[in-house]
Amino acid sequence: MHVVILGCGRVGATLATALVADGHTVAVIDRDGEAFRRLGHGFSGKTILGIGIDEDVLRKAGIERAGGFVAATNGDNTNIMSAQMVKVMFRVPRVIARIYDPLRAEAYKELGIDTMSTTVIGAGICRDFILGMPFHSVEEYQEGIPHTPSAAPPRHPTGAVPQRSR
Amino acid sequence: MYVIVAGGGKVGYYLTKALRAAGQEVTLIEKVRKRYDLLAETFGDSAILGDACEVSTLDLAGAARADLVAAVTGDDEDNLVICQMAKRKFKVKRVIARINDPKNELTFTRLGIDETVSSTKLIYSLIEQEVEVADVIPITALRRGHLELVEVALTAESPAANRHVRDLTLPPNCMLAILVRGETAEVVNGETVLLPGDLIVAITPASCVQALSEALLSGGVPAR
Repeated sequence: MHVVILGCGRVGATLATALVADGHTVAVIDRDGEAFRRLGHGFSGKTILGIGIDEDVLRKAGIERAGGFVAATNGDNTNIMSAQMVKVMFRVPRVIARIYDPLRAEAYKELGIDTMSTTVIGAGICRDFILGMPFHSVEEYQEGIPHTPSAAPPRHPTGAVPQRSR
Repeated sequence: MYVIVAGGGKVGYYLTKALRAAGQEVTLIEKVRKRYDLLAETFGDSAILGDACEVSTLDLAGAARADLVAAVTGDDEDNLVICQMAKRKFKVKRVIARINDPKNELTFTRLGIDETVSSTKLIYSLIEQEVEVADVIPITALRRGHLELVEVALTAESPAANRHVRDLTLPPNCMLAILVRGETAEVVNGETVLLPGDLIVAITPASCVQALSEALLSGGVPAR
């Protein structure tokens, strides 16, 4: 599958190298050429210097034949706008936008844009670890972690190390 | 009318000022504290500090009862999100987005934001007017470009010169609206006699600009 990644930060670069290792073709877009250094020397994917909300830049990245698009810049609105463009104008089947602001992520989810709020997920994982609770699924974290009564001792009943739920 | 202006840069500042002078209720949202302090000096409580892209800020600004939200920050993507939030989350009836990249006009329309203003495009069209060779000069587009307001300067060779307006054959739905002669302007009616040197302001469907030009200037459509 061809995947276009917008934003060559830590998330974008890690994802890009992982997808290439899995045998997919990848194009990474960033407006800062320096950012591509995060991809390392042997990166066989394509790098495109440009603005991700520009149709021409997206085309250059092969968006028309892409099976997936990930918007992972550090700007929530850039991610939201590019994800919508890719979904509405290029009809890419799987599109996700990383969004820091949980309320904005929720609002766009209601509007049919798949969002991933790493803020909520990260906070949820940290909370479960600290409280010695089993980890939840990504969906559960995104929908809001079930409330835990504060009266409960901050320890897992079995005393076991927290396990991933899946 | 209650208007929320998002973005307190130069555009937002002067827009707020103009709206207030016209007696409208306005709230101006600015996210940079330093800039906000300056705005609060002028607008008092009508300026609020916050990120207009956030639901909570729009809520605080009273978006639920706003008649209009104008997103005029310097970033197109921010203006898109502000408008989408206002429209979909708060059901604001009318939203207007400022855009910098003229290409985004179409993108915004496709993403549900119909009203956009691009200063880049406006200036470009002014320059285009300068270089236009034909004598039908576009002034502005109405109804999202379906109609055009144009200016036509008549010459002695114009087939429409020295004739009554009622005797002209104009393309369908074209309307000669105002006649500027010397320093005076008048509303055109059937009895108006057009003279060389007259300037006519007309409204025409965008598809009929060429036909209008022919009718008034080149005699493509004969003026009986």
